[in-house]
Amino acid sequence: MKRYASSLTWTALVLVLLGVIHSWWRVEVHDVSLFPGSQYEYWDVEARVELQAHGQPVKVTLTLPQTQPGYVLQAEHTASPGYGVNIESDQGRRVIWTTRQAQGEQWLYYRVQFRVDPQRHPPPLGVVPAINEVRWSEPLSVAASQLLHQAWQASADTFSLANNLTHLLADANNQNAQMLLSEMSAAEAMVRLLNEAEIPARLLSGLRLEDGRRRQSLQPLVQVFATDHTWRLFSVSPAQGAPQDYLLWQQTAGPILEVEGGSDSRVSFSMLSTREPASSGGHASVARDALMNLSIHSLPIAEQAVFKTLLLLPVGALVVVFFRVLIGLRTSGTFMPVLIALAFLEMSWLPGLITFLLIVSIGLVLRQLLAYLNLLLVARVAVVIVCVIGLMAFMAVISFHAGINTGMQVTLFPMIILAWTIERMSILWEEEGPKEVMIQGAGSLITASAAFVVMDHMLIRYWLFNFPGMQLIVMAMILLVGSYTGYRLLELWRFRPLVTASSSRSDDV
Amino acid sequence: MFERLRDFWQEARQLRDLGVLGMNERNLSFIGRHNPRSRFPLVDNKLQTKLLAKDYEIATPELLGVIRHQAEIAQFTRMTQGHQGFAIKPAKGSGGKGILVVCRSQGDRFQKASGEWITRHQVERHLSNLISGLYSLGGHPDVAIIESLIVSVSAFEDFTFEGVPDIRVVVYRGYPVMAMMRLSTHASDGKANLHQGAIGVGIDLNTGKAVRGVQFDRPVTHHPDTGKSLNALAIEDWPQLLALAARCYDMTRLGYIGVDLVLDASRGPLLLELNARPGLAIQLANACGLKPRLASIDNFCDQIKGPELGSQQRVEVACQYFK
Repeated sequence: MKRYASSLTWTALVLVLLGVIHSWWRVEVHDVSLFPGSQYEYWDVEARVELQAHGQPVKVTLTLPQTQPGYVLQAEHTASPGYGVNIESDQGRRVIWTTRQAQGEQWLYYRVQFRVDPQRHPPPLGVVPAINEVRWSEPLSVAASQLLHQAWQASADTFSLANNLTHLLADANNQNAQMLLSEMSAAEAMVRLLNEAEIPARLLSGLRLEDGRRRQSLQPLVQVFATDHTWRLFSVSPAQGAPQDYLLWQQTAGPILEVEGGSDSRVSFSMLSTREPASSGGHASVARDALMNLSIHSLPIAEQAVFKTLLLLPVGALVVVFFRVLIGLRTSGTFMPVLIALAFLEMSWLPGLITFLLIVSIGLVLRQLLAYLNLLLVARVAVVIVCVIGLMAFMAVISFHAGINTGMQVTLFPMIILAWTIERMSILWEEEGPKEVMIQGAGSLITASAAFVVMDHMLIRYWLFNFPGMQLIVMAMILLVGSYTGYRLLELWRFRPLVTASSSRSDDV
Repeated sequence: MFERLRDFWQEARQLRDLGVLGMNERNLSFIGRHNPRSRFPLVDNKLQTKLLAKDYEIATPELLGVIRHQAEIAQFTRMTQGHQGFAIKPAKGSGGKGILVVCRSQGDRFQKASGEWITRHQVERHLSNLISGLYSLGGHPDVAIIESLIVSVSAFEDFTFEGVPDIRVVVYRGYPVMAMMRLSTHASDGKANLHQGAIGVGIDLNTGKAVRGVQFDRPVTHHPDTGKSLNALAIEDWPQLLALAARCYDMTRLGYIGVDLVLDASRGPLLLELNARPGLAIQLANACGLKPRLASIDNFCDQIKGPELGSQQRVEVACQYFK
C-alpha cells in the first residue's frame, strides 16, 4: 500500500516537473507570455487549392489579400512541393504557382498571418471602378426602379442608400427584390442597382473570420464608394454577419483562382485566432523553428483548429473525475458529461441546456413507444438515432422560423451521444424508476455545466493551447485524485446515522 | 464557508474514527486488490455460480432446467412437471430484474407471487424477452434458469411483504465479517433490494439476532407493512449459514464478496447468488464500520504460516473476533 502510494506520488511529481519545465521553456525560449493580456490578436488563414492535373504544365494563379482597414499583414508563405512560386503585386497581389509536369491530385497551400488593429486607417484606395451602364430586361427594369426609389426615399447619403438596398434585397416578402433575385445573385443585383443610381460599386470576395473554422469558402461583398472617395463594405444578407468580421481577400474585382492545365480546381480556407506577445515575430518564428519546436503550433492551421478543442478535453475529464470521486455524483455514462460540455461550448450554456433537455425528454417519449416493438438493443439505439436526427431537423426548422439563431446550431450536438443518453435513461427509468433518472440526469448536467465553466475559462483555454506541458499537470492531478481513498462528500450525508448513533451512545455512558 | 468546510472535515474524521468504509476505498483497496477481474464471470453469471456450487457441494435452489434458445421455450412445462411452483431467472440479470416467481400452476394458468393469474402465453413471452437480453447487463443475449420455488421459513412470515427475505454476508478472504438480512417491503415491490426500499437488518455474527434496521439508509424500528418489531428477528441455524458463506470463498477465490443466502423451509440454507461488488449499506444496518473488521482479518491472516484454515475454523475465528 505504502509502496503504491509513494510510486504514485513520484510519478505525479515528475509529471508536474516536466509540465512546468516545458511551460517555462515556452515562456523563455518561444516568448509566449504567461497571460493573454499584453498581446496582439492574430488571425492565421490558410488557403488550400485543390486540382486535378493531367500530366501537362500547370499554372495556378491565386489572388492574395493585403493590408486593409482593421487587419495588418504580418507574414505569409506558401507550401507547394515541386512548384515554382512567384508573388506579384503590381495589379493587386497574386501568387503564381507553375510546374512543367504534374499528374493526379495536387494540393497547394498559402498561409498568411494578419494582426488585428482596429485603429488602422483605411489605405488610399485604388482606382474607383467605372460605372457600368446598366441594362435590365423589360420586367426587371420596373422592379429595379421601384426598389431603387423605395431605398432612395428612406436614405440620406450613399451609404445609407446601400444599407437600405441590402435590407430590401434580404426581405423575402418584397416581390420586386424576389424578381431580381430570380435572375441574378443578391450581390450582383446590388452592384447593378447602385450603378444605376450613379454610385461606383464592385463585387469583391471576403472571408468571414470565425475562430477554428475549416473548409470555408469566400463570400461576396459589395464595396461602395462615396463621392468623397471613402468606401465601405456591405454584406448582402444580414445573416452573413457584419462586414467588419470579414477579411477582404481581393482589392480589385476579378477571379480569385485561375488554373491552366488542370481541372476540378477549388480553393478552401481554414482560420485560427491566436494571441501572441507584441515582441514575438509571430508567424515568422513559428515557421523558422518548426522542426526544433515539435509542438502543435507547427501543424497546418486546419489541424491546429481541431486541437484547440481537443486539448480542452483533459480538463473536462479532470472535472468528471473530481465530481465522481470526491463528491460522489452519479452521472449517466462515465464521460458523457464532457461531451455534453463540448456541445455547450459550441452553443453557449443556456441554449445548450434547453436543447439538451428538450431533445432528451422528447426522445424518452419516443423510446417508450419503441418499447412496444420488442427490438434488440442495437436496432433500438439505431432507431433512436434516426429519431434524434429528425428531432434536430425539426428544432432547427422551428427555431429558424421563430427567428432564434441558436437553434440552428442544434446540429452540432453529438447525436450518437444523445441517442445513447436517451437509451440509457429509458432503461434506467424502467429498472430504477423516474427518481434515479432525475438523480443521474441532474448529476450529468451539473457535471457538464461545471466542465463547461472550466473549459470556457479564458485563461484555461489560453494555457492549455499555448502550453502543452499543462496537459502533464492535468494528468498528475487526475492521478492524485484517482488514488484518493477517503470519503466522498455525499457519503458524509449517507453515513450520518452512524455518527449520530455513536455520539448518542457515548452520551448514554 | 469555512465553517461549512470544517464541519465536513470533522464529520469525515468521525466516520474515519468509526472505521466506516467509503466507496473509493472499497473499490481501490478491497475490490481492486482482492478480486481478480478474470474471476468476475463466476459471480456475474448465475448459471456458472450454480454449476460451480454443485461441484463444491454447496446447496442452491434446485435447478429444474436451462433455456438457451427461443425454440426451447415451448417445452418449458416439461421442466416444471411435478412442481407446483417455480422461479424463472436471467443468468446475467442484476438487482432482481427479470425474475418471475410462479407459486401455483393449473394447466395453462400460472399464479404469480402477488396472487395475479397469468396465461402460458405470457410466461413464454417473458422467457423470449429474457433470452433476447432484455434484463441482462448491456442487453447481451442471455439464458433463462428455471429453479424450484423457495418456501420461506414460517418464522420470517411477519417480517416480510410478499418476497422471501435473504441474508447477505460479506466474506473477506474467506472470513465472514458482517451480515444483514434484507426484508422486502411494499415500497420495494416485494424485492430484497436496499436501494429500492427493502429493509436491511444487521445481524450479530455470534448470535444470529437482529442489531437494528435501516430503510433508505435511515434507521427504522418496525416493518412498515406488517408493523412487526425488527428487534425480535432471530435466525436459526446461524453457524451453518456462516459456514456456507465462508465456503463460497474456496469456490470463487474472490477475496471480497457478498454472499446472498436464503433459508428454505425444507432444505435449509441455500446459496442464492454471489456479488463481487457488495454495497456499503450493511455498515448502516449494523451501526458499525467495516474497516476495523477487515483490518483484524488482515492481521490474523498475516500471522498464519502454512496452509489456509478450513471454512469451519474461519467461521469460529470470525465469531471470536467480532463479539
